[in-house]
Amino acid sequence: MTATKSSVIPGFGPTLGYTLFYLGLIVLIPLAALFFRAAGMGWEQFVQAAFAPRVLAAYRLSFGGALLAAMINVVAGLLVAWVLVRYDFPGRKFFDAIVDLPFALPTAVAGIALTAIYAPNGWVGQFLKPLGIKVAFTPLGVVVAMVFIGLPFVVRTVQPVLQDLEVEHEEVAVSLGAGRWQIFRMIILPAVFPALVTGFALAFARALGEYGSVIFIAGNMPGVSEIAPLLIVTKLEQYDYAGATAIAVVMLVASFILLLVINTLQKWHSNRLGAV
Amino acid sequence: MAIAVEISAARRRSRAVSETLWVKGLLTALGVAILGLFLLLPLATVFGEAFSKGADAYFAALVDDDALAAIRLTLLVAVIAVPLNVVFGAVASWCIAKFDFRAKSLLITLIDIPFSVSPVISGLIYVLLFGLQGWFGPWLRDHDIKLIFAVPGIVLATVFVTFPFVARELIPLMESQGTEEEEAAVVLGASGWRIFWTVTVPNIKWGLLYGVLLCNARAMGEFGAVSVVSGHVRGVTNTMPLHVEILYNEYNYMAAFAVASLLALLALVTLAAKALLVWRFSREIAADARQ
Repeated sequence: MTATKSSVIPGFGPTLGYTLFYLGLIVLIPLAALFFRAAGMGWEQFVQAAFAPRVLAAYRLSFGGALLAAMINVVAGLLVAWVLVRYDFPGRKFFDAIVDLPFALPTAVAGIALTAIYAPNGWVGQFLKPLGIKVAFTPLGVVVAMVFIGLPFVVRTVQPVLQDLEVEHEEVAVSLGAGRWQIFRMIILPAVFPALVTGFALAFARALGEYGSVIFIAGNMPGVSEIAPLLIVTKLEQYDYAGATAIAVVMLVASFILLLVINTLQKWHSNRLGAV
Repeated sequence: MAIAVEISAARRRSRAVSETLWVKGLLTALGVAILGLFLLLPLATVFGEAFSKGADAYFAALVDDDALAAIRLTLLVAVIAVPLNVVFGAVASWCIAKFDFRAKSLLITLIDIPFSVSPVISGLIYVLLFGLQGWFGPWLRDHDIKLIFAVPGIVLATVFVTFPFVARELIPLMESQGTEEEEAAVVLGASGWRIFWTVTVPNIKWGLLYGVLLCNARAMGEFGAVSVVSGHVRGVTNTMPLHVEILYNEYNYMAAFAVASLLALLALVTLAAKALLVWRFSREIAADARQ
């Protein structure tokens, strides 16, 4: 490969070479090895391992939980972004900085903290218990952990779009007699929609593969509250490499499809941003 | 966040294009409640539980031999993994931002891959390569080299999960700065190496620091990937997050939260440093929503 535009800056060959070498060594070759391993299994064995009843239940929980959590995050994330951008209140900067906590807090720490909070005797769990709501050690706990881990994705994607919205559009709408709710529905929501969808996809993708923050609160009952990544670990611990590989391939293909979707969404989103 | 934003949007809005006071109050309360319940409460819980048996018990849990070994291993892994990815990030962003070539966007997507792979799978791929049943397993065993269930495997898995952090931060930053300054340096006769150190690095230093911070936080806190390759040998292949898990599963909650509080402290320092960098050098950082 050569640079298409001739450049006087030196170092194209060596830097591209090193980039490809390191990328191949750390990321591409190990990932390819996973697919080769799966290909070596034979179709029937692969299907048996990748789509056994216990595995299907795990996919259902992982995909269903991630979907629900991402939907909750869209609503909660939009609200938080809105409040942080548009309103002034004491501690706004602090709350803005703390949004990134799920990115910075190690997942195992988040996992044990959420479990302590939502356990039947925990800070929040004790109030839910009389209502008959059990969060920790149920699929609901899985969703709570996934909401925690995905919230910043929606907030941080929507925030810049809300900031860049021109107040003039709204002023024109007001002068034409539009109400506040009408403006939100017809001007603001369409403008932030691509960002919301992108944030949704990012939160969904993250929740799908999440492990650390989920396994403590999940209870991990096979077929009920066992997520797909945990099943991979369980298979590995039983030295069932084929089983682990098959599930991993299914999850990895799902992640790659999501990555493609997200890339397309981000182009749409930045085109919209440029157009406003 | 741009400094312009700090001229609070709320204040320059006329009443016509804002909500009534009680709607504002209600939405603000809801937003703060969400952040409080989902983010602040877990954080407070970590410290609350860690000190639930008093400060003496807390510090005793931290100076426990296994806890100290876990802290040492976590530091060792970060000291190896972070510089590797800093060098890669600098090289990759030089190549991508300073030159035009085909398939550039494909290369950027490939660099991003580790972000979309489940941590568990990030560990699994190295087990499949270097584990006893893996491709290189028998050869490694014959030569008495142990990568999986040993420190090298932990380093590899950590390098994988933190792979894109620095590159992702530097690529958009260097792209936005263009190539004119470097071209001028070439005309004046500087070598590539000298251009990098005297022209490029001063321009990207804050963005680089920002990337290093995020990379380091993830390297020290990684759980899933490391858990798969570690083998969980107390005092030998246990990093801090893994030690937290072991203590927790042994119902030693106080000690688990004590070690966890160190990691939570690291997260807080990272967030504070991040906020400071964004506030002070927002134009010299390509802060990206996606991490």
